[in-house]
Amino acid sequence: MLVPLSWLKEYVDIDVPVGEFAERMIMSGSNIETVKNFADGVSGLVIGQVVSAERIEGSDHLNVCMVDVGSERGAEHGDGGPLQIVCGADNVRQPGIKVIVSLPGAVLPGGFKIKKTKLFGTVSNGMICSAQELGFDEKSVPVDIREGIWVMPDELNVGADAVTEAGLDETVIDFEITPNRPDCLSIIGIAREAAAVFGKKLRYPDNSAALGESGAGSGSGAGAAADFVDVVIEKPELCPRYVARVCTDIGIKPSPFWLQKRLMFAGMRPINNIVDITNYVMLEYGHPIHAFDIKTIEGGTIVVDTAADGDRFTTLDGKERGLSADMLLIKDRAKPVAIAGVMGGQNSEIVQDTETIVVEAANFSADSIRLTSKRLGLRSEASSRFEKGVSAELSSGAADRVCALVAETGSGKVVSGAVDRYPGKKDMPKIDVRVKRMNGLLGTDISAGDMVSMLQSLEMDAELNSDGSVIAVTPPHVRVDLKEEVDFSEEIARMFGYNELGSTLHRDNAESAVPESWRLRALARGALVGAGYSEIQTYSFVSPKGADRIALPDGAAGRGFVKLINPLGEDNSVMRTTLLPNLLDILSGNNNRGNDAVRLFEIGNTFRASASGGGDDGLPEERISLSMGFYGAGGFYDLKGAVGILLAKLGIGGVSYVPDEATGSWHPGRCARVEVLRGACGDNADSGPCGAVAVGHIGEVHPDVAKEYGFDAPVFAAELDFNLLVSLADMSRDYKPLRRHPALTLDIALLADEGVTVAEIEKIAAENGSGLLESVKLFDVYRGEQTGAGKKSLAFNLVYRADDRTLTDGDVADIHAAILKKIAEATGAVLREA
Amino acid sequence: MEKRPEQVLDEAKALLAEARDESDFESARIKYLGRNGEVTALLKAMGQIPAEERKEYGKVANAVKHEITELINGGKARLASEGRAAKLMSERIDVSEPGAEIPFGALHPITQTIDEISRIFIGLGYSITEGPEVETVFHNFDALNAAPNHPSRDLTDTFYITEDTLLRTQTSPVQIRTLMNSEPPIKVISPGRCFRADTPDATHSPMFHQVEGLLVDEGVTMADLKGTLDAFAKRMFGPGVATKFRPHFFPFTEPSAEMDMSCFVCGGEGCRVCKGSGWIEILGCGMVHPNVLKVGGLDTEKYTGFAFGMGVERIAMLKHGIDDIRLFYENDVRFIGQFA
Repeated sequence: MLVPLSWLKEYVDIDVPVGEFAERMIMSGSNIETVKNFADGVSGLVIGQVVSAERIEGSDHLNVCMVDVGSERGAEHGDGGPLQIVCGADNVRQPGIKVIVSLPGAVLPGGFKIKKTKLFGTVSNGMICSAQELGFDEKSVPVDIREGIWVMPDELNVGADAVTEAGLDETVIDFEITPNRPDCLSIIGIAREAAAVFGKKLRYPDNSAALGESGAGSGSGAGAAADFVDVVIEKPELCPRYVARVCTDIGIKPSPFWLQKRLMFAGMRPINNIVDITNYVMLEYGHPIHAFDIKTIEGGTIVVDTAADGDRFTTLDGKERGLSADMLLIKDRAKPVAIAGVMGGQNSEIVQDTETIVVEAANFSADSIRLTSKRLGLRSEASSRFEKGVSAELSSGAADRVCALVAETGSGKVVSGAVDRYPGKKDMPKIDVRVKRMNGLLGTDISAGDMVSMLQSLEMDAELNSDGSVIAVTPPHVRVDLKEEVDFSEEIARMFGYNELGSTLHRDNAESAVPESWRLRALARGALVGAGYSEIQTYSFVSPKGADRIALPDGAAGRGFVKLINPLGEDNSVMRTTLLPNLLDILSGNNNRGNDAVRLFEIGNTFRASASGGGDDGLPEERISLSMGFYGAGGFYDLKGAVGILLAKLGIGGVSYVPDEATGSWHPGRCARVEVLRGACGDNADSGPCGAVAVGHIGEVHPDVAKEYGFDAPVFAAELDFNLLVSLADMSRDYKPLRRHPALTLDIALLADEGVTVAEIEKIAAENGSGLLESVKLFDVYRGEQTGAGKKSLAFNLVYRADDRTLTDGDVADIHAAILKKIAEATGAVLREA
Repeated sequence: MEKRPEQVLDEAKALLAEARDESDFESARIKYLGRNGEVTALLKAMGQIPAEERKEYGKVANAVKHEITELINGGKARLASEGRAAKLMSERIDVSEPGAEIPFGALHPITQTIDEISRIFIGLGYSITEGPEVETVFHNFDALNAAPNHPSRDLTDTFYITEDTLLRTQTSPVQIRTLMNSEPPIKVISPGRCFRADTPDATHSPMFHQVEGLLVDEGVTMADLKGTLDAFAKRMFGPGVATKFRPHFFPFTEPSAEMDMSCFVCGGEGCRVCKGSGWIEILGCGMVHPNVLKVGGLDTEKYTGFAFGMGVERIAMLKHGIDDIRLFYENDVRFIGQFA
């Protein structure tokens, strides 16, 4: 909401500097985005009069002009006579017009300095200014000067300082109005706030000079409004009030300069006097106004009624629109003339030869306007105000104000009286505000009397009861946001000053608790960071194509997407079911940017449409997943080592890596399903699954999938179900006594078929250790000439240890031999000849 | 007797002063202290000394023996130490060569910022609670007192899954879940992801993170809200920052406020970070609206509370001087690695 300060000052005295004014308005709740003075940093502007203007020969748009800037300023840059200035605007070729000239040395908004130049071989002593060059936004500049220079009113004095003479020294404050305060979308609304904050009196616009003492009373036009127009409200629930006034002898012409300028400063484009007046009153009162040409109202009767399905109607902007039965229209006896509160019709528009107008100041249901506007895809200044809420009490005053301005600007004559249909009149509620309750909420000790004064300063009717405990408050009708007691706590707090409130800590005995899953995620992150992996955060919504890119089999659960109705695009159209596509995407991005050997992980939610039709809320199942992977920094066993660290950190034992050939996403020969043996299962279903629990996959990404993400070299990745890891985690750490007797270590090298797995051999050794075998550890794998094709050599450390003595070779010889025998029997692997 | 003890000592000193290596000292030892050495000879000559001088002579001769012994041993030790030092110096390395490249990872700056915020509130006695990213319209809007026609409900602002479910636009629905599932005193924060239908640019992301906070108990005041958030700002950005509260509007709080913090970069003088104002908008907050407390079935006469919500990306961007929110989701390791 752009508020020119001079306009605001008509209704409230502001006697503090602008900076202080802005600060106190902000701190009392009227937030301000920007404060701008159009004259700031501007100098050297003078009013000039174009004496002559002719097209420069050979140029297609430049004109050489002689401009009278007064003898004094003329003498500074020439001989005291008119100065030669080159101007590119077509509308400069109207000898006699007054313009704003920036002389050499002048500074325009934005610090643009004017110099004496030569254009097309012609000397130019400065520049003739357009409104845009003086800092106005193009959308607030009248159409006829938008492509040209700003033509000034004739009465301005040539040679005078243009900032003063044209009244450009205006401060415009851009207020950020929160949706609960539609009353502040108006100059008077802001003035009401300012009056309360600075302890001033709010003055309302005075229409008595134009309309007589009674306001709505005697006008200068003949007859009374009711002689010209009747109003019938067929749908009072959608139209609580309709005020119609009439003005005759209308002469359509540009508005006076002061009015145009106000609109321009407020960011609205001047169009003609009648449209400008309706806009001016809308900005001033916050009440949208519409004006019809009365000769287009058949039968002189305005009917407020809904449309019929399938009706077509052409709005002011020339577009034909399809209507539906719930849309409220303004009609006459034969046809619609406007879409109520949204936009007028082309058929009833004010035109150049309009003589008599009906001024409509009506109130419409916010919900109805919002739906109509949304359905038509048509938002106007009027509809956006009605949507937020406009007080019906404002209607008659706003209509009067329009009429007063019609008279004051010489735009027409006002017919006395108004047709005022007000079926929806409502009294503002009287709300009890308990003094103790307010102080209890705010942590204050404000007296009842002070509270009453604060509320009264905001034009509220506030009355303290006899024992001083309750204030009965009736807010002004414009304050649609004040509905219940608590709403007044903010009014009191902001008048008292938020920063005057205390600053304390609530006394309580609260103890912090952190969910187990949260704590374990933090531990997992720490473990992976320590293992050299960096964390990523990727979008929860992804492209469904990711499932194809990672070659998820048809019918895989990961293809059961939760879909967005209104995604930004296909790339963000479904909720992710797996973190793998995002991981590969980010690895790929890093690879493309030339980052070497990148290791990444993510812990985040995945989403599945619940098989059971969802929880009680109908929400999808959200499971936390963990993905990790890398390129260019090792192989499968490096990834497995990192997964091992992660699982160890979470206290998860009994882990086995089971070959899995059929995932689609992973290399069929280099992928394992990670399984955790969960022995003790409680009866409680919440305790999680039992037996061998598959928690995820680890492996080399399938070369076809890697290629899909732009990799020619191997990429390794794992994805684990973190919810399962949480259920399997064991954060207890029981101390086991350190074994003090020396160990006996025997190394063996076994020649085995390729199909024999290390896990099998480890298992056999462990089962036959007779209590003395402490550990079996692979330390070398060799394939080559000496092993022969299809064979491999596996070298193990076998560590034997007893708790009661130092073992000798003799102590373990039988056990060791038995282990080797069992291995040979089960796998065919035999000791290699040394 | 050929030489007086003093003479032997002087000569020995002169000889040892010239000693350069182990063999010089060894030959000096043999020359003086050996079986046929000069000092040995002095002591052997004791018997020939007149009895009245013998005592004094013996004293001097022994002193000479002791001093020469010390000179030889000291010289040898010095030589050994010098040799060792020279050997060590010959093993000199270039310490300016780079350290081994031990792989190390970094936590994402969003995680680190959430962790830091959480740590502060845990220190103030808050518990952590989490809610789903896909939420119901009820939890995200209705129960939070949002007007039925509030524009934020529009398809242009909010991502919907069905008519009744959506991607939460704020972490505030966790307030509702907490109020419905627990009894006062309630003192929680809830970090998490939020979604709004914004096209990504330098300052907008369709997905972002918030940390929500909620305290409900008997006798909670707006002064408690201010004190808590002021303490947070000081712990997060430094003890020197000041806070101020401006009235604002949120449907689920009344009164509502925005908290500004004096610029931690310029101290309030005005700089690029605070866009010259000296203040930085940091979070939204307010006293929980009774309508919201009622959703949790609470007696609004007995209980009051405050709530707040802050944007994690915004705080991370401020703290680290990051100028483009998209960097968080691009996940370039050169970016993440800067926060190791």
